[in-house]
Amino acid sequence: MNAGLGVRLSGLWLTLSCLLPVQAQPDSRRSGAEFMGQALQTMQRDDSLNPGMLWVKQGDVLWRKAGGNGTPSCAGCHGEAVTSMQGVATRYPAFDLQLQRPFNLSQRINLCRQNHQQTEPLRAESQDLLSLESLVAYSSRGLPLTGVSDPRLAPFLARGQQRYQQRMGQLNLSCAQCHDQRSGQRLGASLIPQSHPTAYPVYRLEWQGLGSLQRRLRNCMSGVRAELYPYGATELVELELYLASQARGMPLEAPGVRP
Amino acid sequence: MAQTLIKVPPTARAGEIIEIRATIGHPMETGYRPGADGKTLARDLIKRFTCHYNDELVFDAELFAAISVNPFIAFHTVAVASGTLRLTWEGEYGFRHSESVALQVV
Repeated sequence: MNAGLGVRLSGLWLTLSCLLPVQAQPDSRRSGAEFMGQALQTMQRDDSLNPGMLWVKQGDVLWRKAGGNGTPSCAGCHGEAVTSMQGVATRYPAFDLQLQRPFNLSQRINLCRQNHQQTEPLRAESQDLLSLESLVAYSSRGLPLTGVSDPRLAPFLARGQQRYQQRMGQLNLSCAQCHDQRSGQRLGASLIPQSHPTAYPVYRLEWQGLGSLQRRLRNCMSGVRAELYPYGATELVELELYLASQARGMPLEAPGVRP
Repeated sequence: MAQTLIKVPPTARAGEIIEIRATIGHPMETGYRPGADGKTLARDLIKRFTCHYNDELVFDAELFAAISVNPFIAFHTVAVASGTLRLTWEGEYGFRHSESVALQVV
């Protein structure tokens, strides 16, 4: 009986020792918000200062707008976004069975519009789509990103990782060279953050408007003078997927504010 | 329909100085920038912002082309009596947006 207990105890110890190193390691991941000055951090935290809240409010108006051909509004099926959409944004990009590929939150909203509301999909990066996306993302504020666990996403995730580490453009730089190896250093006057997609859609002061993660990715690609993938391209969604997997467990802070 | 973010303390003591913050979603197009097609975008500005406290004008501002998109305005006033603050933005092409917020003086 004592031997049995010993085996069980050592089994427990093994389990614990497997878990412990993970628990004990300090998390070196930093949200982009931590790379900003105090003023901008306050601007993001305070809803009366955060201009992204304008889009959240507009999203709430659109959420209640009826679909085409007498189909219900978003609220007609889902109810109040802040409760029904809680946690949804932390799970994207996700795998779509019909398309057999991953898709992001804005593409999900458009699929819903086409299939259940019989309306035209909203143009990528249009104000209406950003408004709906920011409302859904806002409903998950403070919740941890779930990471990528769906095995069907594995090949796409691998391609996303490969593309993250691949040099591109006339400047011949990869995402990893700046955001993994040189985060915290400066590129010109601006501080290089790590690449965690925890605040999207973000209000960027430089854009004087709200933008999606895909806009940010394309922005970086044009920065290294690479050819841009079009909005909604699988290559961009794969990159989003890799970023989401790296940011697993980090809290969502949408709508964020960035310089 | 423009969206606004307004922050007014819900209650204040009589004689207390309170801060009012207001943001409005507006393009504040300067009239100098070219659009995607190369043609100059028509000017579209908010020209005036006012705040009336129980129908008395307490804050009045003129806005010009150098003011950013989604203008944010913060100002102070003295809480004298319970009532409403009416914030009004007026712009070109007959743009006019007004919002009222209740303030309780205790």
